[in-house]
Amino acid sequence: MLAYIVRRLLYAIPILIGVNLLTFALFFMVNSPDQMAQAQLGDKHMDPQAIEAWKAQRGYDKPLFINDAEDSDGLLTDTIFFDKSVRLFVLDFGKSDEGRSIAEDIQQRMWPSLAVALPTFVIGLAVNIVFALFVVMFRASLFDTAAMVACVVLMSISGVFYVFAGQFFFARMWNLVPISGYLGGMDAIRFLILPVIIGVIGGIGSGTRLYRTLFLEEANKDYVRTARAKGVPELTVLFRHILPNGLIPILTSVVVVIPSLFMGSLLVESFFGIPGLGSYTLDAIQAQDFAVVRSMVFLGSILYIVGLILTDISYTLVDPRVRLS
Amino acid sequence: MEMLMTVKPVLLWSDWLIFLLVLTLILFFINLGKNPVARKRWRSVFASRVGMASFLVIVFYVLIALLDSMHFRYPLDKLEGSDEQHYSQEVNSLLDVVLEDLRGHDEKTYSSPFAIHSFSKENRTLENGQVVRDYPRLEYAGSHLRKHETVGSDVFERSMNALVVGLGIALVLALLIQLLRRLTGKQASAWLPWKTVYLTLGGLILVTVWILQVGGYYHILGTNKVGQDVLFQAIKAVRTGVLIGTLATLITLPIAVILGIAAGYFKGLIDDVVQYIYTTLSSIPGILLIAASVLLIDVYIETHAEQFRLSAERADFQFLALCFILGMTSWTGLCRLLRAETLKVSQLDYVQAARAFGVSHSRIIGKHILPNVTHIVLIALVLDFSGFVLAEAVLSYIGVGVDPSMASWGNMINEARAELSREPVVWWSVSAAFVMMFVLVLAANLFADRVRDAFDPRTVN
Amino acid sequence: MSLLEVSNLTIELPASRGPFASPAHTLVNGISFAIEPGEILALVGESGSGKSLTALSILRLLPDALTIIAGSVQLQGEELFALTEKQMNRVRGFRAAMIFQEPQVALNPVQTLEQQIGEVLTLHKGQTGQARRDAVVGLLQEVGIPDPQQRLSWYPHQLSGGQKQRVMIAMALACEPDLLIADEPTTALDVTIQKQILELLNQLRKQRQLGVLLITHDMGVVSEMADHVAVMRHGDILEYRSAVEFFANPQHEYSRQLIHSLPERRFRPSQQQPQALLTVDNLKVWFPQRQGILQRVVGHTKAVDGVSLQIHKGETLALVGESGSGKSTVGRAILALEQATEGDIRFDGQSLQGLSDKQFLPYRKRIQVIFQDPFSSMNPRMTIRQILAEGMTSLGLAGKGEEHEAKLEQLLERVGLEAQHLDRYPHEFSGGQRQRIAIARAIAVEPELIICDEPTSALDVSIRGQVMELLLELQRDMGLSYLFITHDLSIIPHLAHRVAVMKNGVLVEQGLCADVMDAPQHEYTKALLAAAPVL
Repeated sequence: MLAYIVRRLLYAIPILIGVNLLTFALFFMVNSPDQMAQAQLGDKHMDPQAIEAWKAQRGYDKPLFINDAEDSDGLLTDTIFFDKSVRLFVLDFGKSDEGRSIAEDIQQRMWPSLAVALPTFVIGLAVNIVFALFVVMFRASLFDTAAMVACVVLMSISGVFYVFAGQFFFARMWNLVPISGYLGGMDAIRFLILPVIIGVIGGIGSGTRLYRTLFLEEANKDYVRTARAKGVPELTVLFRHILPNGLIPILTSVVVVIPSLFMGSLLVESFFGIPGLGSYTLDAIQAQDFAVVRSMVFLGSILYIVGLILTDISYTLVDPRVRLS
Repeated sequence: MEMLMTVKPVLLWSDWLIFLLVLTLILFFINLGKNPVARKRWRSVFASRVGMASFLVIVFYVLIALLDSMHFRYPLDKLEGSDEQHYSQEVNSLLDVVLEDLRGHDEKTYSSPFAIHSFSKENRTLENGQVVRDYPRLEYAGSHLRKHETVGSDVFERSMNALVVGLGIALVLALLIQLLRRLTGKQASAWLPWKTVYLTLGGLILVTVWILQVGGYYHILGTNKVGQDVLFQAIKAVRTGVLIGTLATLITLPIAVILGIAAGYFKGLIDDVVQYIYTTLSSIPGILLIAASVLLIDVYIETHAEQFRLSAERADFQFLALCFILGMTSWTGLCRLLRAETLKVSQLDYVQAARAFGVSHSRIIGKHILPNVTHIVLIALVLDFSGFVLAEAVLSYIGVGVDPSMASWGNMINEARAELSREPVVWWSVSAAFVMMFVLVLAANLFADRVRDAFDPRTVN
Repeated sequence: MSLLEVSNLTIELPASRGPFASPAHTLVNGISFAIEPGEILALVGESGSGKSLTALSILRLLPDALTIIAGSVQLQGEELFALTEKQMNRVRGFRAAMIFQEPQVALNPVQTLEQQIGEVLTLHKGQTGQARRDAVVGLLQEVGIPDPQQRLSWYPHQLSGGQKQRVMIAMALACEPDLLIADEPTTALDVTIQKQILELLNQLRKQRQLGVLLITHDMGVVSEMADHVAVMRHGDILEYRSAVEFFANPQHEYSRQLIHSLPERRFRPSQQQPQALLTVDNLKVWFPQRQGILQRVVGHTKAVDGVSLQIHKGETLALVGESGSGKSTVGRAILALEQATEGDIRFDGQSLQGLSDKQFLPYRKRIQVIFQDPFSSMNPRMTIRQILAEGMTSLGLAGKGEEHEAKLEQLLERVGLEAQHLDRYPHEFSGGQRQRIAIARAIAVEPELIICDEPTSALDVSIRGQVMELLLELQRDMGLSYLFITHDLSIIPHLAHRVAVMKNGVLVEQGLCADVMDAPQHEYTKALLAAAPVL
């Protein structure tokens, strides 16, 4: 088990190197720092000095990989690649193009993100599972068909629509909750209700449908017939036999996103003005702050890989058949 | 018409691609007839009422997109003393010609659906020199109305008119189809749900005729901030939506198929490399990778402005880049599925038998593996399509979508942020975008459902 | 009053409407039978005969798509079809219990043995806690699970296939039912395990005066177990009599066919001047086991561990073993579908080891293969014409135009099919027909040696004989050699000249058929022979 986790962690290293190289190539080789500066400063015929100043201020004035000007000490370290990419491995995110410390920003902003994402995730999962069970209970009936049609309709509606509709009715028409914004402490709840509800509703269609399929797959297996042959009543079959087996693929498939909950949701946070990492990233994208975007990409990858490892571990916890090796 | 004879056709890259795509799809359907197993499954898709109706709706959208992809530039009047013919900088499409009445009727600013007055007050000088602040009459909407006619009765009259014309066209079409069926033998197509076909076609024709009849006299869905007809914008956005769905899928497909099958069939080192690539790619949060890539494309366009002479070309480039990026970041899921399925199929006895006959790897892949994993490709294809259409709206909203000058549902929704906080609310533009998008995505999802039911071995008994 | 009385039971697949309308289809056609306490009734039939549906309908467990349209089932005089679902649940597992064919999937994978067996006890007897645990231990002991106390907290995947079936039986017998319905209880098991399970069932029914409805297709099992026999085909019972009478004097032509599907035990004469065609010398096929952080190879799964054998021209060598013995891997290694770790394979004097794909090509023509499952051995998306031609084209043997066409037609006729079948797809054929096509595909390239990997075990018994006859005929006509891989000892005398018995990757015994089967030397061979049911 321990050997397995260590091996998975080792396996994560080449992946992180890959992510790092890929983002580096994207950010510095497709477009040179000169071009970035030019685009950032706006004017097409900006004088070279301004560009140089912009670069120097942000540390983009160094060579990409090899610094010939330096002696052996700085040959490889005093470069953009080292400064901007290699340092990410020790979670040294550096400063944003605006000059703020990215690490501090992350520490500060991940809590509001979590405050929205975690309840959305947990409530959403619970609601979807309950709905799916309910549908499976009445499988092959008119209710089943109607519920599946409803799911497809819900899936076909753009997520943005739920946000608009939610804000319009709950906040503007009925004045139940604030339209957007965020406060720390217990006050946060008032601001969290709507985004969480919207997040849950947005996922009901696809979630319920997927889980129904998984439960139905279990319901058609032979051990269910065995249970019936034992004289187990239908409801008990559903809850004691189908549910635990169906939960295995569901739980193990959602575990991967748990670490990424820290990253928050770009859309929900920006719509509801929640000062989390999602809106942070979005602001950076819109302000073309490459340092922040790069850091968030790297952070996201790390969290995803942690999620993958957690997935494997969760298998051993919920499925007696699986042992890691 | 005379104008159309002298225009200069413009073929944008995306036009090429969409024609190519439609051609491939048609060839694909013709090819279907050859394999009885596949034909039977497709039959069960089209025999279902939902499958048939959603297919027709998708075809309708694709037709609009095709019309909108036949681009040209109008000639300008020749300068005196010069024989050289110059053309307008503006690129138009056949759809613009069809919807000429909607396109040309720009007002000054917002107006609500079927309104004949503007949405906001304006200073106006009366004939007697007095200045009043009032809602001005719109320039085009309802300008034909005589003194005592009301909008309601006029619209009703025109709608009735459209109904009669539409029913007429639908009837003629239905008769033609019936005639064709009689000539080819009625039995051959008896399995199709004809009632659904007629109803769907009838509905689509009625809506089209109604829009063409009434749209010239009113702004059916109002106008937007700069006074453009919202309905026209929403229809123009169809091409963007359809293209983004199909092109991005088109890009994912070869990558996913080649890598997935190679990994599953050859195993070993190739498998390790492919797995490494897709784990790395999928470990980057998709939306961030897309956003970062789009930002870089923006920078590229800004620094290489000389390459894009027409604004349409520029928008087209950005659009293609977006499709490319969407495709490049979304192939991992399908690749993973294909790898797993190929692993399974290549263990089957018929592949082993082929190997025992010394059949070459390329032939085994082409004849044995590929045909037996197509159902996965097919299901992924239709599912991805609706995903991409929805993604466009989100991406445009966060500012990394298509060019703002391009008509797209995402751009319309993006503007709604400001519109929805106005008092009274400007709801029509965003609603139009949502409804148009919803219909396409719903049709695609329903169709995908039927395809899955027909092709997924877990649901096929 | 009988224990169970089924009369006029009729099951149908209702007509479907819509574009692909199909008329109602009768699957079980008004059958009647009865079982007395302590008696075993064998319901015999091939796949699709309706025997399993009959079993399921007694406990009203039919899939939703099927309906019982007529008949009655009386358990100790009580009409089961008249009960409510709630009353029915007091019958299932309490008065009548059922065990299924696939113990691998019939147990709930995430519940312990105690939970699964205990569930029946709680449900019908209200037992809980220590009393329930003791009862479960007792049951496990009764069905022969070693260390039952420790195994209470085990999950099904920790047990072997035979043990799982024992657990199923324990679960079925937990509440001391009067009737046990056993649906092909031993089909998924190896012969030696099959014997143990059958003995267990026999012993339990004597102890408990249990009435058993035994569903099977295996006449060997029937002759060993049954008191009465009912032969089913296409939903009808063709013959229903006591077992003694049935085997002594079967009335129906089909019954005779079933009984004689077991070929006579007459050994084939050994060859006069054997001439070696294929020599396998100390073949090892090992699969590495990896472990630890760096995934170093820490050991090997020795699928084949030093096998030596020889096949002569025109001879059949039967390679016998149970599942997991490595017998199929030997065949795959000879075909170079699996890489040999060590050892030498020589064909006609030439070593095949270390040849590249291209160098191996000439031998592909000379060594061919027929697989077990006729459903997966042909690409569903190719026509029979394409399937037959593929190998010929690939090996450069395809003729041109009419000559090629004539060859294909001739091939199909050779295996007993018709030329008009060429443009059909595999799914349009029955299992037996498909296996004929697979044979045609193999002989199309005129090979000298054919590896037959259980070619008859997926087929219905009445078809098996025909396919074997075809193989023998081809051997005579074309001078073919066969390596016949099988788990079924009963067909060997009729088919093979020599036998090699394999267990856990090694050959335990090999020799002439008559020698091995009449005077086995090795313990394992003896056990195998003793376990095989005979008429």
